[in-house]
Amino acid sequence: MKGTEAFQELIPLLKDQPVVHANGYICRESFQLQDREANFYMIGSMGLASSIGLGVALCRPDKKVIIFDGDGNVLMSMGTLAMIAATAPKNLVHIVFDNQVYESTGSQRSLSGSVPLEEVARSSGYPVALKVSKKEEVKPAFEKLMNGDGPGFLLIKVDPVFDPKTGRVTHTPEEIKTRFMNALGRREEGSRN
Amino acid sequence: MLSSQNFVDQLTDKGFNFFTGVPCSLLSGLISCLEKTPDVPYIPAVREDAAVGLCAGAYMAGSLPVLLMQNSGLGYCLNAFTSLNLIYKIPTLVIMSWRGCGGNDAPEHIIMGKINEDLLKAAGMDYAVITPENHRDVLERAVRKINEELPFTLLVKKGIFDERH
Repeated sequence: MKGTEAFQELIPLLKDQPVVHANGYICRESFQLQDREANFYMIGSMGLASSIGLGVALCRPDKKVIIFDGDGNVLMSMGTLAMIAATAPKNLVHIVFDNQVYESTGSQRSLSGSVPLEEVARSSGYPVALKVSKKEEVKPAFEKLMNGDGPGFLLIKVDPVFDPKTGRVTHTPEEIKTRFMNALGRREEGSRN
Repeated sequence: MLSSQNFVDQLTDKGFNFFTGVPCSLLSGLISCLEKTPDVPYIPAVREDAAVGLCAGAYMAGSLPVLLMQNSGLGYCLNAFTSLNLIYKIPTLVIMSWRGCGGNDAPEHIIMGKINEDLLKAAGMDYAVITPENHRDVLERAVRKINEELPFTLLVKKGIFDERH
């Protein structure tokens, strides 16, 4: 499965949920396929998509919060898996597109070919940690996590076939933040999604 | 010396309601009080930059975050401050202990103690050194900066707060 195909499977399943995107190819592919106000595109600060997503999830327990992460980002901040497992927000779904390379910088090898990240998540304490590698497995795995209590982890193994011509996110960082905050809105006491 | 409990009360009165960080003995009183404060979380972070990310998410989700850390974690945070907080305009109040201040500390703190202020200045991170006399004024200054959606750092020297360890 190509990375693009994994995004094509997932994006139509999104409603108004906030999605925090890791930098590089994750941001660019998702932005290219469908820009959403509720997408937070993290263009720098590599490694922090997971902690940003955790912060959103802890402060908005009324919303399902999704992280679109990459293997390089997860490996850089493996300790954040422990923070997510320890704080255990039921409303957090952590999806990792694992292409085993640092693709947006020229496909240098990452370590995820040797380190099974879904097992790292499981042993850190995520109650659910799934791994898929076929296109038809993506939707059922995502729906299982979205319909259950989290934090849930989904590792999607994809081929490293990013098109370097895929554009960058064109919004300014301030625009990205403002749109994301507007899409999140304010928490209504007692509300549940 | 400032009372940690009194300062925590001032922070919560100003609306700060989300706390995280990596401990330092100089901040042990503050963290100990925070852990006993009902209705506001103190989330132990694994590393300072992860705490920066956590605060950024909390702010965008409507909370007002505070990050407590030792200055030894400043290096880890510089990329997060410059490529997240400063360009997206995501504020966070950083309470940073100033180990190595004046060159009188354990060897591992001496160099960072010396360059601490220069690093903050070079990164464009506004800050103030908190004292028992100026603490209300610098907290007001921090709140004004945060209202402009920019981070602000309070540098804490040894002996400013009562310690609990």
